Amino acid sequence: MNTNLSDSELLGAVTATDETRTLERLHADLSARAQDDGILDVAYRTIDTPVGTLLLAATVEGLVRVAYAIEDHDKVLTLLAERISPRVLEAPGRLDLVAREIDDYFGHRRDGFDVPLDFRLSRGFRRQVLDQLREIRYGDTASYGAIAAAAGNPKAVRAVGTACATNPLPVVVPCHRVVRSDGSAGGYVGGPQAKQTLLTLESSH
Amino acid sequence: MTVTVRPFEDVVRVHGPTVLRVCRAVLGPAAADDAWSETFLSAMRAYPALPAGSNIEAWLVTIAKRKAIDQHRAAARNPTPVEVLPEREVEAASRSWEDEDALWSALKSLPVKQREAIAYHHIAGLPYKEVALILGNNESAARRAAADGMKALRADRDLRTAYQTGAT
Repeated sequence: MNTNLSDSELLGAVTATDETRTLERLHADLSARAQDDGILDVAYRTIDTPVGTLLLAATVEGLVRVAYAIEDHDKVLTLLAERISPRVLEAPGRLDLVAREIDDYFGHRRDGFDVPLDFRLSRGFRRQVLDQLREIRYGDTASYGAIAAAAGNPKAVRAVGTACATNPLPVVVPCHRVVRSDGSAGGYVGGPQAKQTLLTLESSH
Repeated sequence: MTVTVRPFEDVVRVHGPTVLRVCRAVLGPAAADDAWSETFLSAMRAYPALPAGSNIEAWLVTIAKRKAIDQHRAAARNPTPVEVLPEREVEAASRSWEDEDALWSALKSLPVKQREAIAYHHIAGLPYKEVALILGNNESAARRAAADGMKALRADRDLRTAYQTGAT
């Protein structure tokens, strides 16, 4: 008779065969109950798009962060935990609508977004710049200088560049529509190729 | 010193499986899911106030123990119909010991303290010092409870193995 089993071998069956599926179900229940109890401070999900996998995060107030893969999603989530609340859960439900709108945008079925936005990650002049960016229509572009002037400080061209580079809501708040005055695309939070993809998408509408 | 605040999602991913196994060992497979849900909902509510550097596993197991007590009380209020039980015992005895149901029926025959000591030490991997804090006894009592429990489990397994060998 085999009595030489280690303690952990003896208890091995406690790891049920359906554990992964059970945990997935329990996780989904937890997200739903946390939402009902009002303690789901930050919900997130990812979505695959022509510009790579985007992270979408929302507070109860609205979409608070869109992040490119090159921004490092784990790092972004840790930052959200520090700056908003550590009560962060993967909970697709709250992001369903925005995910559908982004999908429609890349499928040429939509040229704007009407989900509630939460701008708490952006303050002061940067916030003012984001407001100006939302005025640039689909398919149009504006120069950094023009946005600086529209935001009330024509000399703050570099600050506009910084505001775009730190835009917490790229794609939805269209910082990709800000280009250099010589017509070249300039830098982008998602990388130059992502910017080109978005500009090409919008010009071929 | 700045301590990185981990998103609660990480806590669920890292510790979710262990807490489920602890709940299964202490409460059985049927009641484990509810205990898991209650544990993580409670933990999520309290998470922002958790002191930096806390032992998250021990903290979760402590919450899980409280939830298990709640479940034991609820079970006592709503006892399982008696006529179902003997049938399940017979079925369980014919299963191999490595089967989850057989392990659970063996664990169920142990005193709660032994079951808990096994779950917290052998399954959650907590040192006996932490186990004693959760059980409200001392380190040597916690160690003894786990050892006695493991001994009983081994005896149970041998008995079932003998039954299986005899039956085939």
